[in-house]
Amino acid sequence: MRPPETLPTYEEGPPAGVELEPGPPPEVPRNPRRIAWTRRGISARRVWKTYRKSLLGMVGLVVLIFFALVAIFAPLLADKQGLDATCPCNGTPFSPPSLEFPLGTDNFGRSVLTLTIWGSRISLMVGLFATAISMLIGSFIGILAGYRGGTSESVLMRLTDWFLVIPFLPLAIVLASVLDRSLGVIVFVIGVTSWPATARIVRAQVLSIKTRPYVERSRALGASGWHLNTRHILPNVGPLIFANTILTVAIAILSESTLAFLGLGDPLSISWGTILDFAFSAGAAYAGQWWWIVPPGLAIVFVVLAFTLCGFALDEILNPKLRKR
Amino acid sequence: MGTRRYILGKVAQAVLTLAFVMVFNFFLFRVVPGDPAGLLLRGTAAFNPENVEQLRSELGLDRPLPQQFLIYLENTVTLNFGESFFLRGQDVKEVIAGRIWPTLLLVGTSTLASAAIGLVIGIYGGWRHGSRFDVGSQGFTLFVYSMPEFWFGILVLMAFAGGIGPFPALFPAGGYSTPGADLTGPAHVADVLNHLALPWFVLTIAYLGQYALIMRNSLIDVMNDDFVMTARAKGLREKEILWRHVAPNALLPTFTVILLSLGFVFGGAITIEYVFSYPGLGLLEVQAIDSKDFPLLQGLFLLFSAAVILANLTADILYSYLDPRVRAA
Repeated sequence: MRPPETLPTYEEGPPAGVELEPGPPPEVPRNPRRIAWTRRGISARRVWKTYRKSLLGMVGLVVLIFFALVAIFAPLLADKQGLDATCPCNGTPFSPPSLEFPLGTDNFGRSVLTLTIWGSRISLMVGLFATAISMLIGSFIGILAGYRGGTSESVLMRLTDWFLVIPFLPLAIVLASVLDRSLGVIVFVIGVTSWPATARIVRAQVLSIKTRPYVERSRALGASGWHLNTRHILPNVGPLIFANTILTVAIAILSESTLAFLGLGDPLSISWGTILDFAFSAGAAYAGQWWWIVPPGLAIVFVVLAFTLCGFALDEILNPKLRKR
Repeated sequence: MGTRRYILGKVAQAVLTLAFVMVFNFFLFRVVPGDPAGLLLRGTAAFNPENVEQLRSELGLDRPLPQQFLIYLENTVTLNFGESFFLRGQDVKEVIAGRIWPTLLLVGTSTLASAAIGLVIGIYGGWRHGSRFDVGSQGFTLFVYSMPEFWFGILVLMAFAGGIGPFPALFPAGGYSTPGADLTGPAHVADVLNHLALPWFVLTIAYLGQYALIMRNSLIDVMNDDFVMTARAKGLREKEILWRHVAPNALLPTFTVILLSLGFVFGGAITIEYVFSYPGLGLLEVQAIDSKDFPLLQGLFLLFSAAVILANLTADILYSYLDPRVRAA
């Protein structure tokens, strides 16, 4: 390795390795924290520029925005009273799609369209919160194992392997049936059963970052473990965690629909999985009431597909293992 | 020597994992809010403090925790899981044993079939990646991956067992065989296969994607290796390079995945067995959930986990023979 001729100083401009857009160099703030944020802003813009070129990634993003808008503006799109089995606004039970009920009605005469619109709220919310739990556990264990090394690493990784081996669905079923039936329990169950993959990915990345020169320099300057983790390691693992998060949301939404379909969901909050559970239990499949089954299922497919497409596109940009291809 | 140490190490790991699952299983059903006895009787007419106390002592829940654990260990090792609640008085072990065969028949064969088809799709797709076939199969794979398999199952059930419009129902809607029809010999086999067709088709399609995807990526990795260039320089035909050199090498990682998924055969088809009311372990699990049958749930959970651990171990050991490099590592 060639020794650097002059040590880079921050007053001279942004640190080495940062590509700036062509044009006049932006004014560089002197505060180190501001420098870091400016740098992150630049790299976020660079990621977005690459992401925009991925057609499938953009399709996924558009679909996601659509479903997010539906979930946020559900009260404007459909009256919440339509969820009530005794609402006078309900039509004849089991009626096929008509002008008044574009997607037909269920066994209580509720509009399937209303159910599907409001179901998006629960399905997306459970998916996001469960993913948040899974990411917190996974990143924490991954960073701790990768950074500490030694005995704590082998203990933590052994634990991770154990959770990887236990089959997911039976474990989730056992947990959900032991605990009470509520949304919080479903979120918790999916969260605590889906973190091991994240922990492994994060740990591998931490191991590689830990040995980089700037971390060594920082340590030589007397930085504490907390400083190293929050200022150097976490920001560098962050993008990978983010890409992983998006893929995990897809899995969490699928898991929620499966648990709800098996009757383990909260019977009071209607998600897409709950609608399918009600429909199947009421014999919609044998009676050929396709309008009750197709819409919530298609909604799940589209949302999961969209999250997966976004996740793959981001992973291709942010995952150092895939980037070279 | 190295081989023996490697295998012993893997066996020790598997035993440790099994021990973890057993301890986990023990605490899972005891740390629950309002212990099992309370949960069991809740909502029934027999729910009063006296009955709960009696049940607690019957289940051994009033003894100190370490002693309970020893009893649990002895029971688990001797496969004594107690009596099922919803099938009054039947031994959990026997209930489970009676359901293993249908599940093996359904999930085992469909796993093998989807692996075989998936491999071929993955090999062709990876070899000509970017081709129309590859893009098409990738799209199909992603779509299937995003689909809840039970939803696909319901759609298939609706189309082929309920009949669409003027088309009649082609297959029976569920079960293992026609109830009451006391068929024997070839007629019985035909009847069983007729019932098997729909869930088998759904599972094969649902599992196909993952194998195709892994095989494709592994093949793309391998086809850039130097030995492929050598094979080309020797003047081998493309077909020979693909089937004699690239595909066998790319098969290694996929092979592990197939072995691992064989471990999931027991617990893999819970929702599909439920949709087609196919009397296997998956349907049993759903029935156990509905009736809060904890001894049954516990036994099934142990069986499912043990199967996966065993498959893991087998994969590790077989892999070390197929690819001796991992033993050295």
